[in-house]
Amino acid sequence: MDASLLLLADARLPAGAHAHSGGVEPAVTAGAITDVPTLLAFLHGRLTTSGLVTAALAAAANTHATHELGTRTPDATASNTIAAHTHSGCGRRAAANVAAGAGVGGGWEVLDGEADARTPSPAQRRASRAQGRSLLRAVRAAWPSPVLDALVPLGPHHPVVLGAATAVAGGGPREAASVAVFGTVSGGASAAVRLLGLDPLAVHAALAGLADVMDAVAAEAAGYAGRPWAELPAASAPVLDLDAERHARANLRLFES
Amino acid sequence: MTRGYAPRAAVTAEADASGRTRLTRLRSDGPLAVRATPDAVYLVGAAASPLGGDDLKLDLTVGPGAVLAIRSSATTLALPGAGESHMTVHASVGAAGRLDYAPEPTVAARGCRHRATAVVDLAADATLRWREELILGRHGEAPGRHMSRFDVTCNGRPLLRHELILDDPAVYNSAAVLAGARTVGSILLVDSNLRREPHTEDGLAVLPLAEPAVLITATAPDSTLLRRRLHTGETIARTQTPPDTPAPTLATIAAHPG
Amino acid sequence: MGGHFGHGHDVHDAAPVRGRALRLGIGGPVGSGKTALTAALCRALRDELDLAVVTNDIYTTEDADFLRREAVLSDDRITAVRTGACPHTAIRDDISANLDAVDALEARHPGLELVIIESGGDNLTALFSRGLADRQIFVLDVAGGDDVPRKGGLGVAAADLLVINKTDLAPFVGSDLDLMASDAARVRDGRPVVLNSLRTDPAATEIAHWVRAAVGAAHAAAS
Repeated sequence: MDASLLLLADARLPAGAHAHSGGVEPAVTAGAITDVPTLLAFLHGRLTTSGLVTAALAAAANTHATHELGTRTPDATASNTIAAHTHSGCGRRAAANVAAGAGVGGGWEVLDGEADARTPSPAQRRASRAQGRSLLRAVRAAWPSPVLDALVPLGPHHPVVLGAATAVAGGGPREAASVAVFGTVSGGASAAVRLLGLDPLAVHAALAGLADVMDAVAAEAAGYAGRPWAELPAASAPVLDLDAERHARANLRLFES
Repeated sequence: MTRGYAPRAAVTAEADASGRTRLTRLRSDGPLAVRATPDAVYLVGAAASPLGGDDLKLDLTVGPGAVLAIRSSATTLALPGAGESHMTVHASVGAAGRLDYAPEPTVAARGCRHRATAVVDLAADATLRWREELILGRHGEAPGRHMSRFDVTCNGRPLLRHELILDDPAVYNSAAVLAGARTVGSILLVDSNLRREPHTEDGLAVLPLAEPAVLITATAPDSTLLRRRLHTGETIARTQTPPDTPAPTLATIAAHPG
Repeated sequence: MGGHFGHGHDVHDAAPVRGRALRLGIGGPVGSGKTALTAALCRALRDELDLAVVTNDIYTTEDADFLRREAVLSDDRITAVRTGACPHTAIRDDISANLDAVDALEARHPGLELVIIESGGDNLTALFSRGLADRQIFVLDVAGGDDVPRKGGLGVAAADLLVINKTDLAPFVGSDLDLMASDAARVRDGRPVVLNSLRTDPAATEIAHWVRAAVGAAHAAAS
């Protein structure tokens, strides 16, 4: 993987991730995570549900951003894209997306709406947009691009920004999905180390054991890139949603989400 | 190589000039039968026990201003057989139309491979109530594989895309997904005047969506408690002002978009 | 306005303040009196400056709640940030949650002149990032031991203003104020030190004066 993408995946990227536990603190509070095996089971469950959804959205955003980067040079495709944008209205946007078939032609707001539709929990929507905003600030500083600038007014979901940033940093949909999957797992694991005082060596050994699943989820997610956005995975995790809402109203908490 | 049934049933409800709803189409197809009663249209027959290889389709059309309620006469039991069984419901609801879809629960029996798909297209000011309940196996039995996907668009815009994939027990029994619950269910409400504040209690979450709609999700050890939790959630979702918080104004909702 | 602080004692580059509020970090160990000082500054300055506060609560929203309860500012001028068990990360390594909070306050109050960012209480090496705070105050208290200034640490040595707090307690905890002040001066290369007691001076007069001067200097540099 290129150095740019490693920078993007690094937990030290100043993009606010350290204040989010990816559902781990809510699960710790609920008594569902107490040690390394229960942490691993939780991460596995989250990875193959909301992790897959996040990675697929990131891969889709990556493909769209790559297309946008291409159309920034004046050619025939650019005028088509602009035409689709000027006719944007709620029903028509979706129609443009379906008609294009490849998720290209609908604007960022359509993809962002697809992320909303897959995130029923208001607390998780807030957390995703907050992390998206922070990530956008960091990546615009590191890799300035008009494609990233165009996302600012939308305040998009985190995977949308991540996918676009991966494209600007030179990666494709598979890299976007991998970075998304890695963030899903490593952020939660780090939070568990801090919250429960778990042995970081044991936690990382467990993560290494999860690497095959992480790769499989990233590959599956990347496989949706280029398909209509409506078809992207939408795997739900009801307990994750419930715990996220409880957490948002808890008085004692260390992490935003 | 589908060897099972492939019935196509359909119901169309249209409002006449006086605004009264008439069922202008009520098509049963072999084992998948629909029966009109004064209160609702009931699903009977094969809908109650899809076998592997069956491919059931139901089309529901609610015209502008019309009202349709769908119920079922019994629990649906998804059974094993030759390949996957499919149940696909496609519904469209026109302007000011109302669809209330609330069949009895589905039981994912041991060895089943069932895929339930629902696609709902709503006009901008249509009203929806859509309930799904799933029981993981008959009494004391490990469930088969059950995959469901629910796609709802409103005025062409995605409102909810929601899958529940019960495939790998290590995933769905995890503390992120069902945490070992034996039943899971949801009610989607699309209506004006729904609560905009989330609410949680044991096994129940009332989740206002980004669009004007509320998803109520519940898990429970048994179907009786599941139904009770969903009912509680629906009551809360329809209570616009929670007792401890002031009613959100349009401005505060706009300031905190999902 | 400028007082004796505006004349080259501050070795830091001029803050990049142009068309936005001055961002003042208040850091220091847990229990050194940061929140009480923040409240005192708000009371002292709210009638002359358009100001707001971001608290970095380490566990609850207690600091923000304290400020609200004390009614030092209206609710919409106080924002709490969560730090994921790492208060120093939130003010130093990954400042994005704090920047988001400051952005939101500035959007809500377009004329804002001063944003106080209170850290969550941390060790002696925690400094505010230059990307977050234009100026920073480090708060020690006499009860934490009179050897703390001698031991130094980034906060003690490099903060724009060092406050040795709760001086009224010095006789009770056996701390030598003169020793603390002279040790601090030695590591601080001429940067100012203020001895403070909110019990004897609830308005934190000298610190408020320093903050006023910092805001004035920033405005002068920007215009």
